[in-house]
Amino acid sequence: MDVFVDGFSWVMIVGGLCFCLIGGYGLITLKDMYARLHAASLIDTLGVGLVFVGLMMQAGFTLATAKLLLILLFIFFTSPTSTHALTRAAINGNTFPTVDDPDARAVVEATKTTVEQKS
Amino acid sequence: MMFTVAAVGVVVTMALALARALIGPDIFNRIMSVNVFGTLSVMLIAIYGFIDGRPEFLDLAMVYALINFIGTIAVTKYVTFADMGHGDDGDPAGDI
Repeated sequence: MDVFVDGFSWVMIVGGLCFCLIGGYGLITLKDMYARLHAASLIDTLGVGLVFVGLMMQAGFTLATAKLLLILLFIFFTSPTSTHALTRAAINGNTFPTVDDPDARAVVEATKTTVEQKS
Repeated sequence: MMFTVAAVGVVVTMALALARALIGPDIFNRIMSVNVFGTLSVMLIAIYGFIDGRPEFLDLAMVYALINFIGTIAVTKYVTFADMGHGDDGDPAGDI
């Protein structure tokens, strides 16, 4: 294999692993469920994306590359959908973010009253 | 060799996600962690196929990705509406 392609694929895999570890660290340390969703999205987008692109470069033009591309495309579309569904479930379950900014707090209070009216 | 390093990094991240699933104060933290755990297991299966020199393992990774998405949507819908067959009731945000 071309040395340049090989080295570049390793850089991408190690970069994706760094994003995964940063996301895992954020899952443990961040204060709020809504803040933790940012860490989870980091793993779902850049972590998986960079690792899979690196694996595609290792595989070359084979069937494995096509399968990796399909999985990557599927995760690319489904990860925001599950994040949206989870956020909506959390808001309907009366879990709200803790905010300091007064404008943001007004939005949170408005959402709270909307949810209470619906139920 | 490098694939093994990648697998170890993914396993460490899986352990962190599992720790959040265990200590998570409410159900939504747990759903989020299990979703991340599923994504990482897809990644681990793909890397293991390359370690073993058998990229056929990617079929398993594809099935794991599909089941992970369906499971997350089903659980969030059940937690929100206590009913999997709930319609959207004219809500512009949809039924999930």
